[in-house]
Amino acid sequence: MTTIAQTRNLPAGQTIRLGISRVSYEVRTYFRQGDAVFFTFLFPLVMLTIFSVAFSEQSFGKDAAGTTVTAAHFYLPGMLAAGLLLSGLQNMAIDIAHEKSDGTLKRFAGTPLPVLSYFIGKIGQVFVTGALQATLLLVVAGLVFRVPLPTEPSQWVTFVWVFFLGVTTSAVLGIALSGLPRSGKSATAVIIPIALVLQFISGVYLGFSQLPVWLQNVASIFPLKWMAQGMRSVFLPSNFEALEPGAHWDLGGVAIVTGIWLVVGLIVCRVTFRWIRKDS
Amino acid sequence: MTSADPVVSVHDLRKTYGPLAALDGVSFDIQRGETFALLGPNGAGKSTTIEILEGYRDRTSGEASVLGIDPSAGGLAWKARLGIVLQSTGESGNVTVREQLSHFAGFYPNPRSVDEVVVAVGLEDKEKTLIRKLSGGQRRRVDVALGIIGRPELLFLDEPTTGFDPEARRQFWGLIRSLKNEGTTILLTTHYLDEAAQLSDRAAVIAGGKLIAIGNIGEIGGVAARIPIVRWREGDAIREQRTHTPTIVVAELVKQHGEVPDLEIIRPSLEDVYLEMLGENTTIELEPAL
Repeated sequence: MTTIAQTRNLPAGQTIRLGISRVSYEVRTYFRQGDAVFFTFLFPLVMLTIFSVAFSEQSFGKDAAGTTVTAAHFYLPGMLAAGLLLSGLQNMAIDIAHEKSDGTLKRFAGTPLPVLSYFIGKIGQVFVTGALQATLLLVVAGLVFRVPLPTEPSQWVTFVWVFFLGVTTSAVLGIALSGLPRSGKSATAVIIPIALVLQFISGVYLGFSQLPVWLQNVASIFPLKWMAQGMRSVFLPSNFEALEPGAHWDLGGVAIVTGIWLVVGLIVCRVTFRWIRKDS
Repeated sequence: MTSADPVVSVHDLRKTYGPLAALDGVSFDIQRGETFALLGPNGAGKSTTIEILEGYRDRTSGEASVLGIDPSAGGLAWKARLGIVLQSTGESGNVTVREQLSHFAGFYPNPRSVDEVVVAVGLEDKEKTLIRKLSGGQRRRVDVALGIIGRPELLFLDEPTTGFDPEARRQFWGLIRSLKNEGTTILLTTHYLDEAAQLSDRAAVIAGGKLIAIGNIGEIGGVAARIPIVRWREGDAIREQRTHTPTIVVAELVKQHGEVPDLEIIRPSLEDVYLEMLGENTTIELEPAL
């Protein structure tokens, strides 16, 4: 009758199998929430459209061949980075804060669902929705706004690793931040301002090179600035590298700072996440 | 653990929040296959007790064992043997009844079939409906369905029929009886005393964090509390007499008065016995607040 003997009775691979089953459940329920789909999934596309239309007469510089860079071209990397932040951090933090307060997590706590399977489900949902969102942005930018997309395979390799590192870090930080709102009702009010300030100082809505140096330095502490920089290195013409801090895309910095935030996020999740707060 | 060991065993269970004693030394056992009702007013300690046994709360002191395991240290394999129906929750419910049941069935090693459970809770017409579009009583039935989908050995039912219409309640009683026939051990809390009387083998009454009565459902509260009462009106006064021979009492009343106004013979139900018990224990109930 020992606990250990009984634990062995649960089938091996259960955590992974249930994690995968959670991913499909999470993705299905995500797309059934109208507000989440709009504010996290479609929002970057809406912003890209607004900027392209509003600044359609404006020039954002020229590439090495002298072709004018359009608003859609200039804003595409920022919107891809914003998508990572919204689909990961904002979506997870609000979603899990809601699930904490509406009893979803309490119900799971009484079932044999492993916490790790739940996390796999959440991160998997962010992967799937984030990838769809990025694809949608690229397709609309390319087909509707005629943004020239990179042709070099090496640039797409950079895109893929920046996307995966960024989306994972963002999702993990969202799980870590889900403990911050005191209730599900306050979740939106607590999380959205954090995400919004980050977007304004990290080169999503405002060109990063136009910000004062001290603000650039503040933004450099946080991962979004680096995700946006990684995306700019992929999608902007190579002569735009001169506008970056240190006139350098600094992909090493992108990997290191984002990676550090990933580790910090994982530690915070591991230490603070509980199905329920006992005796609260 | 052998079949003779109790499924739930609680000894001198205590739970304090600062100076407040929510549970003040509660002891009881539940045997395998038994349906046990935990009764008591709101705030008496029923939910605290059940949540300690479900592993949701830690006890301050005392002993507790559920399926041979200390519930404060129960792992996933232990949870796989339990079914828990919490007091109502407010989940967003963006899944259909069938999706939710199939998903939860996957958590357990030997689940019931989704079809069987959908029929058992009477939701076969609603299985393709999103849970958020169901009525309160229908959502409650989904809670019950999720509690039994894993084929639990021990089922916790915390006020399971809140929001049910009378027909749904009868149907639920039938479901509980069939679970009982399959050998499921059930711990039930309810505000409906007729429900406790219908379903349970034994009951305990908690008031003010203390167990004030425990026994078979037909005997709880003692023999004296179940003696029939003859009640009638004399002028403006209501008279009552407790008697084992109500027919003879009534015959004598008829002999003295002829037609007896407002005559009633009352066989105290569980509810009457329970209310009388709590009436005697109001002082105990107030203690923790002091």
